[in-house]
Amino acid sequence: MFDASRRFDVLVVGGGNAALCAAISAREAGASVILLESAPKAFRGGNSRHTRNLRTMHEAPTDILTGSYLEDEYWDDLLRVTGGRTDETLARMVIRETKRVVPWLAKQGVAFQPALTGTLSLSRTNAFFLGGGKALVNALYRTAERAGVEIHYHAEVHRIRIEDGMFTAAEATIGGFPEIVRARTLVAASGGFQANIGWLKEYWGEAAENFLIRGTPYAQGKVLRTLLDGGCAPVGDPTQCHAVAIDGRAPKFDGGLATRLDCIPFGIVVNREARRFYDEGEDVWPKRYAIWGRLVAQQPGQIAYAIVDRKAEELFLPSVYPPIRADSIGELAQKLELDAATLEATVRDFNAACRPGPFDPQALDGCRTEGLDPPKTHWARPLDTPRFTAFPLRPGITFTYLGVKVDETARIRMQEGKPAANLFAAGEIMSGSILGQGYLAGFGMAIGSVFGTIAGRSAARTARN
Amino acid sequence: MPDDLSRIAAQAAAETEALREARRSFEICNACRYCEGYCAVFPAMGLRREFDKGDLTHLANLCHGCKGCYYACQYAPPHPFAVNLPKVLAEVRAESYAEHAWPRPLARLFERNGTVVALAAALVTALLMLGVKLFTSPEVLYGVHTGEGAFYRVISHGTMVLLGGVTFGFGVLAMAVGAVRYWRATGSARAGRIAPAPLAEAAHDALTLRNLDGGGHGCNDRDGDFTQVKRRLHHALFYGFLLCFAATSLGTLYHYGFGWQAPYGYLSLPSLFGTSGGILMCIGAGGLVWLKIVQDPEPVARRLLGGEYALLILLFLVAASGLVLTAFRGTSAMGMLLALHIGLVLALFLLLPYSKFVHGIYRSLALLRNAIEMRRAQR
Repeated sequence: MFDASRRFDVLVVGGGNAALCAAISAREAGASVILLESAPKAFRGGNSRHTRNLRTMHEAPTDILTGSYLEDEYWDDLLRVTGGRTDETLARMVIRETKRVVPWLAKQGVAFQPALTGTLSLSRTNAFFLGGGKALVNALYRTAERAGVEIHYHAEVHRIRIEDGMFTAAEATIGGFPEIVRARTLVAASGGFQANIGWLKEYWGEAAENFLIRGTPYAQGKVLRTLLDGGCAPVGDPTQCHAVAIDGRAPKFDGGLATRLDCIPFGIVVNREARRFYDEGEDVWPKRYAIWGRLVAQQPGQIAYAIVDRKAEELFLPSVYPPIRADSIGELAQKLELDAATLEATVRDFNAACRPGPFDPQALDGCRTEGLDPPKTHWARPLDTPRFTAFPLRPGITFTYLGVKVDETARIRMQEGKPAANLFAAGEIMSGSILGQGYLAGFGMAIGSVFGTIAGRSAARTARN
Repeated sequence: MPDDLSRIAAQAAAETEALREARRSFEICNACRYCEGYCAVFPAMGLRREFDKGDLTHLANLCHGCKGCYYACQYAPPHPFAVNLPKVLAEVRAESYAEHAWPRPLARLFERNGTVVALAAALVTALLMLGVKLFTSPEVLYGVHTGEGAFYRVISHGTMVLLGGVTFGFGVLAMAVGAVRYWRATGSARAGRIAPAPLAEAAHDALTLRNLDGGGHGCNDRDGDFTQVKRRLHHALFYGFLLCFAATSLGTLYHYGFGWQAPYGYLSLPSLFGTSGGILMCIGAGGLVWLKIVQDPEPVARRLLGGEYALLILLFLVAASGLVLTAFRGTSAMGMLLALHIGLVLALFLLLPYSKFVHGIYRSLALLRNAIEMRRAQR
């Protein structure tokens, strides 16, 4: 039961990794903490529930990491994916702090998977959560509960009262009842607005109706909006979101990682008109998979189809939805409801343009097309071996870039440039400060954990003074 | 791995609901793979792209029911994918016990297995007690017997050996036939040669219950918290059972090798083995019953609970009656206590192939096949 008469030191809004790190570290610092998670208990944890690992620097191999991954290499990787749209001071601080935050998470009960087991191809750069993000979320909730954090589910904050950079109270609905929650400080860790289709439509128009949201349906951006309306400084391009191409049959929300498809480099991708529209073999898949959401979003009806032949079937991870299969391209076109003659022509032209070369699925190889527009520059092999396999593709939105601006203590900046008195932020809601574009696997959890612990400590300290 | 979609489709049409649900779940798991650190099931799944009935049966028997994957699952209910592997794999396991039961018509004993085990145990025990009452004079049955051969004045040694030998022999034979049929039907023979190294690995995994380790922190025995309780209770039950078996074997050696007749002194080896084994069995079986009562019912196949309770309670009664007999063997209650204990033991022997007890056989075979497959995959 929520007790409206109680005033807490720290109010944490959100229920994912960043929120939990903030709540636990604020408790560690002696503050009284209330955490409001808008989702019901079964769906708690925001997008953290769908994550798998955390990118962390380290100087030497550990039981969960191989080799070494130093600050400069990490920074170079970040610089490359963001194209320079980052804040070096904050970014380097996150990178350095990951070294401390992984053992801290382990101390809070988060289990990591030993390196070199299973399919951990990234275990040099990323620490993998044993069982994935939901296991991490479960562990942190357990720790937070035992530490005495007051946790409410079904608790949605829709307005934050801010007077001249000073947070006074939050208006929320807790278990269906309107409540006013009072606290000395606030940590906003409630994610972006990617599940708010109406908001996405402001930038993408009707096309947004065809977007699939890979993560939580609870990322409605209400807290972000109320913070910006209350005078907090925005950061990040509001029109941009991280979008990958996922299986078009995925549920509207919460399909998570399993709906991804890795087959694009090994075949062709056509649009609703049965025509190719982009170089499927431009670069190795991990470096290109994040551009395909946007590419599909720009096609008519926001749909596309990836097609491979028998030769390529075992080159990518199994799909969660059954492959659509046929013994001829014409029959496949029928199953996909595409124009058979056009698809046959597209495949014929593609096959004729493929130049023989040594095929290597692991590296940029010599198989490319000649005289074809758009070209396919690697892994181009004719689609000539039945059976043919297709998957429908739709844009899968991971997160949005718009957020609030923070300093190194996770304190929010106001629009006029001065720091807020008692407002802090952590996780996706502020990661636009560091990640202006692109994405680096496991970096979201790095920002969330580092800024979560910092925000919790800063808020506890501010509440005491 | 089979590659023929139409064959799999035809097979699927004739399959049980549990098998189809297991396949649907594994196709989701195989695209996710977050659980690969929990146990042997997920790496074994990752070797496959399609799942025929043999694969599903193998993976189901490889699953130890630790439930770690359920609590970690981003697709667990109420998510629309509604993945609940521990529950569906328990159902597939139970179907495989019935399918490979021998003689074939007795497969039906796995339906309403709780009732079957309870009734059969009660019937066999009652029959034995009745027989003892009919064939033994009251002065002998209710008399006080001490010294060597005291038990055999109530039930002759020959009768005991005959009844025990026949029931136990039949149980072992039926389980052996089931094991061979399981190995063939699941296509395990195709996995590769049974060599000493995978045999040793499988034995190690079975004896340590490595897969109830949850990747290091234990299992979700009751709820979202990780403990080693189930593993330890199972160890107590299993090793207690082995100690009792050792006590009986040693007694046989004493009897035929040295001509020493039971009962043996409280500090003799057979007595020490039997008493400690009986106590361990009581702790293990009683504890596992308690765990089933308090556990989160969601990742559990509830319709199988009856059979599980029945076997655990029977094991508990076998051990407890043995302990009580040992304690009161010098009194006039010995006769009926002996009849009760022997009756329960015979019931257990008869029910071995038609109860949850067979999980040990199929689990061990699944561990063996997995050890063979994993070695081959690493090469």
